[in-house]
Amino acid sequence: MSRFETWNKDRAREIIAQHAEQDGAALPILHALHEAFGYVHRDAVTMVASALNLSRAEVYGIVTFYHDFRSTPPGTHVLKLCRAEACQSRGGDALAARAREALHVDWGEITADQRVTLEPVFCLGLCACAPAAMLDERVFGRLDAQLLDTLLSATRQL
Amino acid sequence: MSRPRIFVPRDAGALAVGADEVERAIAAALCRRGIDAEIVRTGSRGLFWLEPMIEVAVQGARIAYGPVTSADVEALFDAGVLEGKPHALRLGKPEEIPYLKRQTRLTFARCGIVDRLSIADYRAHGGFKGLERALSLGPAATVEEVVRSGLRGRGGAGFPTGIKWRTTAQAQAPQKYIVCNADEGDSGTFSDRMIMEGDPFVLIEGMAIAGMAVGATKGFIYIRSEYPHAVETFGRALAAAGAEGYLGPRVAGSAHEFDIEIRVGAGAYVCGEETALLDSLEGKRGMVRAKPPLPAHHGLFGQPTVVNNVISLASVPIILAEGADAYAAFGLGRSRGTMPIQLAGNVKYGGLFEAGFGVTLGELVDDIGGGTASGRPVRAVQVGGPLGAYFPRALFDTPFDYEAFAARDGLIGHGGIVVFDDTVDMARQARFAMEFCAIESCGKCTPCRIGSTRGVEVIDRIVRGENQAANLALIEELCATMKLGSLCALGGFTPYPVLSALKHFPEDFGAAPDRAAAE
Repeated sequence: MSRFETWNKDRAREIIAQHAEQDGAALPILHALHEAFGYVHRDAVTMVASALNLSRAEVYGIVTFYHDFRSTPPGTHVLKLCRAEACQSRGGDALAARAREALHVDWGEITADQRVTLEPVFCLGLCACAPAAMLDERVFGRLDAQLLDTLLSATRQL
Repeated sequence: MSRPRIFVPRDAGALAVGADEVERAIAAALCRRGIDAEIVRTGSRGLFWLEPMIEVAVQGARIAYGPVTSADVEALFDAGVLEGKPHALRLGKPEEIPYLKRQTRLTFARCGIVDRLSIADYRAHGGFKGLERALSLGPAATVEEVVRSGLRGRGGAGFPTGIKWRTTAQAQAPQKYIVCNADEGDSGTFSDRMIMEGDPFVLIEGMAIAGMAVGATKGFIYIRSEYPHAVETFGRALAAAGAEGYLGPRVAGSAHEFDIEIRVGAGAYVCGEETALLDSLEGKRGMVRAKPPLPAHHGLFGQPTVVNNVISLASVPIILAEGADAYAAFGLGRSRGTMPIQLAGNVKYGGLFEAGFGVTLGELVDDIGGGTASGRPVRAVQVGGPLGAYFPRALFDTPFDYEAFAARDGLIGHGGIVVFDDTVDMARQARFAMEFCAIESCGKCTPCRIGSTRGVEVIDRIVRGENQAANLALIEELCATMKLGSLCALGGFTPYPVLSALKHFPEDFGAAPDRAAAE
């Protein structure tokens, strides 16, 4: 079961209206859309542009500038592995390779069964218990091959 | 006997190693044994190798146990954890643990001790004394107090905080802003996160003092999206502070108005640069602005704006409460006060170490950090995040101080130290620095946008052994161009890790055929 709602224009319109009145509303709106649907639908770009009196190109520019915003739906689960230096120093690269191999995906890709999207993250601020990962909303430190395998198998069961 | 209290951290670093599971096991054990006790969720003391570290209050003192797993909880109760009785995991009084005992906790005085969301607890531990004194001093004297303390921007640039405040205070405008930069993107750093999760009121107090001092009625805090726990805790703290009258139309009963709004970043490292952060807050792509105009004159939505890092603002309450001289008494040279240093990566005792400036890198890594976690020799440490230089052992006598690091072609940045053992490939680290810059460049200036990609290619050619002499000269030239020609620190400082790796570890850039094949 996906954690996200299916794309729905009326629902999107509602979300946009909820956040459109504040100063610098673009990011709060995009975050809210992301939270609801897991990505920013193509049509949402047009809708946000018209709500904020921006061009579609400007909104598209914002969506594509920030690493957080996806333009396609993610898998049921999102696994983020930290790729930054502190995690590198504790074997993060090898764990990342293990995850890519086990899932048969590269960074930013979704598994064939649509269950997992694997994303890189540059620092979760858990650098004193590196390597670190985030599965959906939960954070994990002192990641090793065993814990990674546990997380990967959890994505197949939940 | 009063109701027993058990303290369990809710810092993300503790959660990542099972603190919530421990809390649930404790709650279940209490229930099963029919004990009426209070579980208090705190921040972390910053001794991460001991997390989850729980504490109990026994006769007015704290006794710590750690690292605790949920499986240990029953045995701890059998041993008499609530009375502080012996157990293999008993650590004694946390203040007596050498790692904590050697520190000077000013900014982090309460972190890990207090209930992170209790205003009463915050007050009982000296909270809001700084705000009260600032309100009695008035705006101008408050600004001068911060100037006199010598506090410099803890985000990395080290610019005097008081001067920023004075400039904004002197600007005339219908609206001024305080912007707290909580986009702590540097790998190896987590002090901002710890404050937001462990003592959020100190940051709220610091922002309120800043607002009063410069005449700003509105504050924004820009928290990175990678910190969902900080966003949640800080949001709850804002609501609590508002309900108690510390925010709103009359801050702490004064005539000053101040409110704070949270904005969440979206995964762009460059937004930690203050002008890119302002563009992002305005709802745009986080593009770096050319300076001048300075944000102090022309900042958020074109209005005079103070942009300060979390730790800078969180250090203000103690400066006001204890006085500028008391704060400035700590430190070395032009680096006054204390710095929350973060020991991270392949280090035995990773965590937060707040100390006056001047402690040497060697003391930090070998003595306090205990060397590597892997047990292998320390080969290199990167100080100051992904834009900081790699230092070899030969430079371990460098004192932790803005100028001393600059003199050795490095920077202290936001105070993160990432330790690497002798398995590190420094050519790979240099390549990563360029690759990271290419991924995160905002694209506004050419040296950063194009230079970083060319940098990756040149390093690859050096490692493959292609025209090595020519390519080594080329990378130095490219780094010089990036350093001098970039608009901000992203392109401007990426040469630090690259050149330091080349200078101190040239042997890693030789043409090793196996390494060329590995990538």
